[in-house]
Amino acid sequence: MHDKPLFMTYSRGDVANFVVLMALAFAVVPLMIETDYWYSSILIPWLCLALAAIGQQFVMGYAGQLALGAAGFMAAGAFACYNIELRIPWMPFPLSLLFSGLIAAAFGVLFGLPSLRVRGIYLMVATLASQFFIIWMIDKFGWFKNYDSSGIITAQDIVIAGRSFTSPMEMYLVVAVVVTVLTILAVNMTRGSVGRNWMAVRDMDIAAESMGISLLRAKLQAFALSAFYCGVAGALFAFTYLKSLEPVAFDIKLSFQILFMVILGGLGTINGAFIGAGFILLFPVVLNTVGNAWFHGMIDATIISAIEQVVFGALIIVFLIYEPLGIAKLWENLKSRLFSRRPVAEAAAAKQEPAG
Amino acid sequence: MTEILFFFEVVLAGMLAGTMYSLVALGFVLIYKASATFNFAQGAMVFFAVLSFVGFMELGLPFALAFVVTVFLMIAVGYATERLVLEPLMSQSEDTMLMATIGLAFVLQGLAQAVWGVEVRRLDLGIGDFPIPWVAENLGLFVSALDVAAGVVAAVLIVILALLFRFTKMGLGLRAVADDPGAAASIGIPLKTIMLMVWSAAGIVALVAGMLWGARAGVQFALVDLALKALPVLIIGGFSSIPGAIVGGLIIGVVEKTLEVYVGPFFGGGIEGWAPYVLAIFFLLWRPEGLFGEKIIRRV
Repeated sequence: MHDKPLFMTYSRGDVANFVVLMALAFAVVPLMIETDYWYSSILIPWLCLALAAIGQQFVMGYAGQLALGAAGFMAAGAFACYNIELRIPWMPFPLSLLFSGLIAAAFGVLFGLPSLRVRGIYLMVATLASQFFIIWMIDKFGWFKNYDSSGIITAQDIVIAGRSFTSPMEMYLVVAVVVTVLTILAVNMTRGSVGRNWMAVRDMDIAAESMGISLLRAKLQAFALSAFYCGVAGALFAFTYLKSLEPVAFDIKLSFQILFMVILGGLGTINGAFIGAGFILLFPVVLNTVGNAWFHGMIDATIISAIEQVVFGALIIVFLIYEPLGIAKLWENLKSRLFSRRPVAEAAAAKQEPAG
Repeated sequence: MTEILFFFEVVLAGMLAGTMYSLVALGFVLIYKASATFNFAQGAMVFFAVLSFVGFMELGLPFALAFVVTVFLMIAVGYATERLVLEPLMSQSEDTMLMATIGLAFVLQGLAQAVWGVEVRRLDLGIGDFPIPWVAENLGLFVSALDVAAGVVAAVLIVILALLFRFTKMGLGLRAVADDPGAAASIGIPLKTIMLMVWSAAGIVALVAGMLWGARAGVQFALVDLALKALPVLIIGGFSSIPGAIVGGLIIGVVEKTLEVYVGPFFGGGIEGWAPYVLAIFFLLWRPEGLFGEKIIRRV
């Protein structure tokens, strides 16, 4: 991105999508939805996790590096944000977020270093180290938790320009603004030279290298940006959704969930991150509701969560076999079937055939 | 003098605990050798097998019968995996296969919990998890009987597997498939049968590992996380080497125990949780193919 413009040209469809989504996020949703449940239990966690999933997309979907430590970076971001707010009270919240992301990014680069030599499951083990090490470090060094012995720390209020954002809807708006800005950046990066370099590395690293792409730069960039997005997502997740900070909330289970979001949502797409996050978040809610409605609480919650694991695991296998590009691709297929002219004409022709 | 003795105790406990990791890693190596597939689900198979075994015992089956039934169950799991997961994904990239086995892991661990419930079970193998009195009295070493049993079982399994690999027709076929699946199939080696054999063997190894783990730590979900430590074991030993799995397990066991005992107290403990992975990173930087693995050569 040295001599190229930061902002690129957009097609008419891009602009239309953007306008519709912005209208939905900042006008329709705040006006239509009044129940706190929707904000604090669905929309806020969805956007936070989608942001983390974008981070996972960078490193896995675009750069092709199998990483499994997103929750570790989220924890780094969350506790960085807590400590910045605690120790530097005059720091504006957006800047705290930025620095939290940067601190997470530093961890990303550190634990991304092995990617220069190894790939596949080897890399996965290296990234697992980051997951376990970061959580352990936060847990064992009291400084990070401000020597709080209760184990659960309440997150500070979000104050921007003297105004505190404490109601679910206000928090939603904060999250939505951050996610919007970072998503636009992500789309620009992945469509631009950065993303193309990543994809070249993913598709064939040796060929990419011989074309003059620096593997070192591309991979570390992917890890740094991935961890940055995860870090910001973690901070938002802790401050707006959990409203508390505890290392256990960012255990390996969350890393697996984020991994599943990108695989099911669709590897190598930004909207796949949003779709995947929504699916992984909403499916258990639906399953619980259905379970309760049909069996009236006769099925234990732990059994339902076990069934959830089976379904997610089976879906991963089914998607890898039949549609490796995930739900995002299914959505594309559906759109082209509904909106493009030719298939409609074909369908009409097919309809006429039995009659004639 | 007692300090040196204590050090020996720590090392010995580490080695014996390491053989438990080795047992999980062993199942992994079996599958990797035959199909070049990283089976992330090996840990879930351990949990699935031992939870089913305990479940069958709770249904009233005697020990031996429950063992046999679980063995057949693991063969069925191997068959289903071969037909439903591996066959459709044949000739896909390594990363795809790895992701598929992550999915398989979730299916297996979810299924086991959905069927048998999530509560922690105790498993009594009749081997106590306490120091052997004779050794404690005469040598002054405190060594758990269960650890020794795990070591013996691991040794026996390895000898059996090594003999099978070397001297049976199936072992020969397996090595051929591992070398070049296409060529092996073209000369009439039944690929599917071999795969089924390997997955069944891995399932039985998983059951044995699970029983030993379960006797120590209780049969519970945490076994899956413990079994993840087989991954650094494999990186140190090499993915395709049976002796590597053993040596890797021993190294991981000794390093994590000595670190925990001698360095852990300065940081409030818990080093065991990540030390194996960090050790694996250093190994990756120094010798990516592991101690006993074949050198990884990538051709364009």
